[in-house]
Amino acid sequence: MQGFAQEFTMAMGLILSGDPELWAIVLLSLRVSLMAVLIAAAIGMPMGAALAVGRFPGRRVAIVLLNALMGLPPVVVGLMVYLMLSRSGPLGVLELLYTPTAMIVAQVVLVTPIIAALTRQTVEMLDAEYAEQLRSLGVSRLASVPTLLWDGRVALLTALLAGFGRAIAEVGAVIMVGGNINHVTRVMTTTIALETSKGNLALALALGTILIGIAIGVTGTVSLLGARNGQQEMRHA
Amino acid sequence: MRDLPILESHDRPFLRAEDLVITRNGRRLLDVADLALGGTGPTLFLGPNGAGKSLLLRCLHGLIVADRGRVTQDGQPIGAEQRRRQAMVFQTPVLLRRSVAANLDYVLKRRGLARGARRARIAGLLEEGGLSGKDRQAARSLSGGEAQRLAILRALACDPEILFLDEPTSALDPAATQDIETMILRAARRGTRIVMITHDIGQARRLAHDIVLMQGGTVAESGPAHDFFDDPQSQAGRRFLAGGLVL
Repeated sequence: MQGFAQEFTMAMGLILSGDPELWAIVLLSLRVSLMAVLIAAAIGMPMGAALAVGRFPGRRVAIVLLNALMGLPPVVVGLMVYLMLSRSGPLGVLELLYTPTAMIVAQVVLVTPIIAALTRQTVEMLDAEYAEQLRSLGVSRLASVPTLLWDGRVALLTALLAGFGRAIAEVGAVIMVGGNINHVTRVMTTTIALETSKGNLALALALGTILIGIAIGVTGTVSLLGARNGQQEMRHA
Repeated sequence: MRDLPILESHDRPFLRAEDLVITRNGRRLLDVADLALGGTGPTLFLGPNGAGKSLLLRCLHGLIVADRGRVTQDGQPIGAEQRRRQAMVFQTPVLLRRSVAANLDYVLKRRGLARGARRARIAGLLEEGGLSGKDRQAARSLSGGEAQRLAILRALACDPEILFLDEPTSALDPAATQDIETMILRAARRGTRIVMITHDIGQARRLAHDIVLMQGGTVAESGPAHDFFDDPQSQAGRRFLAGGLVL
């Protein structure tokens, strides 16, 4: 117990002293995950909106598939991206394996279905409420999409935060395609795994504390946004 | 019952539904042989639930296309251009998740009004609807009466020739109902044709210039309101006014 307290004190010291190695890892994690969420949003939001508003054969199957992809096992995603980016893979020529870009690709694959599925759910719910009124106002189905996305902005922000939460806490896929190379591809989760195995608990604990802080921050923001949205709905009812 | 009296109206009809039929699962939900709406005062649709009033209103507005028949406005089939000259207010107001002013701005912007013109128009509309000072408030936090007033203002923002209202006061108290009725009559005086559904006979007496009584998807009776209230021609009309159940 005394050992743990000592390690924890050292971990706090690392955080508070602004240890450059620790904060470089944190910043890389944030850069990779934020970039991944941004790209996933650019793909997932239009995809989700199209599934919500569009009517085409196979739509139901696409929705079921999308929902299933939300639970993609990270190691399987890591394996797929590894095979695509490895020297003998179709994208091997790009030489992206073991770079932060490869980690972003893996996280995009993991996060896009989450954002797309939550966007679909949000837009479909709003569309059910708005469709007749928007048609009455002369707004076409296609032109209604920006309106639905804007009016669902709080729920969509929640979807982005959920995606970010998934990305920042992910370890299996990024360690496979990033390789956990010091000063290059070492992010919080992979460093925690490595340093714990080496017995360097202070750095692992410091990163773990920051990661938990980020998770609490994301969850808290999602809850606050949800509560605010709910209050507005209640007032309307 | 398909021998329907054409509304004996005073002017050329502004709306006409001919041979309008909607069937779902083998059941005929709407069957209107010939209904012409004319006159300058409000036309009120009466009838029990399931009589086809809302369905007919949506057909007249072009939101639903009937299986058979046609609807014309000033002789032209209902299309995008005709719908631009109409507006509709629903039983439960559907307000965008934006401020009160932004709800009005949404329609004015779509009509291509410049920023300055939109601002002036919004101020005028809010004053007309008694919502001045609430422009920055979230529309969905308004009370039921205020929300319905905003929905009507938004519908009136682009000066529609025809305003459809589907039971706009069914969930409101007498004071809020009076506010809505005042707005409707003001719009009618400005020349907007009002086509409205109500279950409230008192409201029909207060507002209607013409009455259309529906039953079982058909028009049971239609004509000037004073004729209907003084001497209803159909059995359904007589029962309705006598307070009996019209099913």
